[in-house]
Amino acid sequence: MSWMDIVSLLRIALHAMVPITLTAVGEIVGETAGLFNIGLEGILLIGAFAGALGAEIGGPWVGFLVGMGVGAVIGLIFAVMSTYWKGTQMVIGIGINLFAMGFVAFGLIQLGAPGFHAVPREVQFAKWRTPMGAMSPVILLALVAPFVIHWFIKRTRAGLMLKAAGETPEAADVAGINVNRTRLLAATFGGAMAGIAGAYMSIAWIGSVTKDLSAGRGFIALATVVFSGLNPLLALLGGFIFGFFQGLAEWVKTLPSKPIPFQFVSMLPYIVTLLVVSGAIGRVRFPKALGEPYKRE
Amino acid sequence: MTENPARESRLLRGVHRTVTGLHPALESIVAAIVGLLIGAVLMYIWGFDPWKAYWALLRGAYGGSYEWASSLARATPLILTALTFSICVRAGMFNIGAEGQMMMGAMAAVCVALFAAPTVLHLIIGLVFAAVAGALWSVVPAILKVSRGVSEVISTIMFNWIGRWLALYLAIYVIVDRMRPEKTLTVPVTARFPILVRGTDLSASIFLAVGVALVMYFLLWHTTMGYEVRAAGLNPTAARYGGIRSKRTMIISFLLGGITAGLAGATIAMGLPPSYAIFGGGAFPELTNLGFDGMAVAMVGRNHPIGILVAALFFGGLNAGGRVMQFYGSNPVPLEMIRVVMGAIVLAMAIPELIRLFPAIKNQGERFFAVLRRRRETRSKEGKA
Repeated sequence: MSWMDIVSLLRIALHAMVPITLTAVGEIVGETAGLFNIGLEGILLIGAFAGALGAEIGGPWVGFLVGMGVGAVIGLIFAVMSTYWKGTQMVIGIGINLFAMGFVAFGLIQLGAPGFHAVPREVQFAKWRTPMGAMSPVILLALVAPFVIHWFIKRTRAGLMLKAAGETPEAADVAGINVNRTRLLAATFGGAMAGIAGAYMSIAWIGSVTKDLSAGRGFIALATVVFSGLNPLLALLGGFIFGFFQGLAEWVKTLPSKPIPFQFVSMLPYIVTLLVVSGAIGRVRFPKALGEPYKRE
Repeated sequence: MTENPARESRLLRGVHRTVTGLHPALESIVAAIVGLLIGAVLMYIWGFDPWKAYWALLRGAYGGSYEWASSLARATPLILTALTFSICVRAGMFNIGAEGQMMMGAMAAVCVALFAAPTVLHLIIGLVFAAVAGALWSVVPAILKVSRGVSEVISTIMFNWIGRWLALYLAIYVIVDRMRPEKTLTVPVTARFPILVRGTDLSASIFLAVGVALVMYFLLWHTTMGYEVRAAGLNPTAARYGGIRSKRTMIISFLLGGITAGLAGATIAMGLPPSYAIFGGGAFPELTNLGFDGMAVAMVGRNHPIGILVAALFFGGLNAGGRVMQFYGSNPVPLEMIRVVMGAIVLAMAIPELIRLFPAIKNQGERFFAVLRRRRETRSKEGKA
């Protein structure tokens, strides 16, 4: 392994980290407020698709905004269904995932090519030339966002309101916090972050949309949240670990010698996720009211 | 309630009682209609004619004996994967790993092509292989949950992906057909489910699926073990105080779920003509998403084996009819639309008391009856006067 190999591995790992960290940070906000969204996988997928369409219409920035907007809308739908309508959060998440799988596959057929859509290079989000090679500036967002969110949850009044809504919604309600509205905002933010992550994948990183583009990343992000114990800074670390192993898998695939079949290499990120999560659990404590709709007595 | 119960209110109460008796089924039907409507809106937005498409779908699903056979054939694996999900929901867990367990089951079933055996015995060996493979793939997440507290939602999804890549490896390198490397070995005639209706792909595997559903109904509702599983799902704390070992029920429900998912894979490998093989080349076109579609079936069937049989007939019809719909002349709607509809149906199913979500309708109805009542009162006053 030469110096160049290490640099390129690190570059792939940083790029692979971004969607997982952004999604995980958004989900941390949602779970702090007491909503458990397993539809992140679907939001990533639809965000990628919508982001690609937006970019082709109005350029990369529009693509990001569209991806974020669509993600926020799905997060909002999830939130309304699981707060005001008292729906089962797991089932809603499964519904979002099914819907997204069908919708994106359907949309790709409508765009002409079943299962694959390439985003033209000129509307892709430009990469910066750095000493390490071409790097996407979105990586900076993924590096900064956890710190901002950490500060927000730990140090601001609104962050405490979030915590109260997730920990003891009854007390929060008595203290004059609108529990459902707080959760609504949190889940919408979580959806928007997943939407950005999706748009990043299609227009800033991979450069194409496929029907299994998300490839379990939404669930890996959930695993990251579990690993982090709702601490955004640990989510950054977790995202980097998972990104690193995805990067490693990609890197091994490009080796000319093919030391192991690529099917086994592709399993690597999922196996590592399982190992890390089963090692991390035990010290983690989640909000008491996580996953429960709040009903006023 | 009131001093003079008016006739219409008595009538209303009668209707209400009937409706609440049918409440679960009614909610599923309403959810299905909501899902189909959302699908229609999306089709309209993309420039299709939804009514033509649904008409083609309906005729393609239930328009004749061939269509019925085709729908039943599509329903077969869905019944089994739906059971996987519903058994675990009854035990209070979300096992979304049917996809991976089913793929391992299909690969294990294909392994019967490696040796010869007498007709029925060969089939049974294949089913046992599939059941064991599915159960093995399912029990690891269960053990992780029991011993380490890993959420089954995460671990089963990770096992789906690991299983998918492992199955692809097996299909491409190990049990591959050397003459046609895009598919696995063909299951020999002695291990196939016999075809029930000539010229269709409906095989005797439907009996297996229905039989397993009935067995699961018996197990869950008429045995002590099933009682314990359901009690642990309804209220884990109460069940623990009642002396039910919750870890044991978790593992049992995952094992049962894994067995049914593995059998679902077997019905594809050993019961789906004409190939009787799994295509690794196209990344499993006939297996992909059966596990996820099964979750929709389970929810619409309200996680009850008998409900699942009915719901699977509906979703099997959607799948079979969707195949007709996508080639329907001037209005070819892609098959993927079906999964959009499924997602919308699941979303609608997630909301408890979906019907009450139409308060506007309810208010309108109440106002209407209030007007009626007032009119009758004034009339009776006029009559007295």
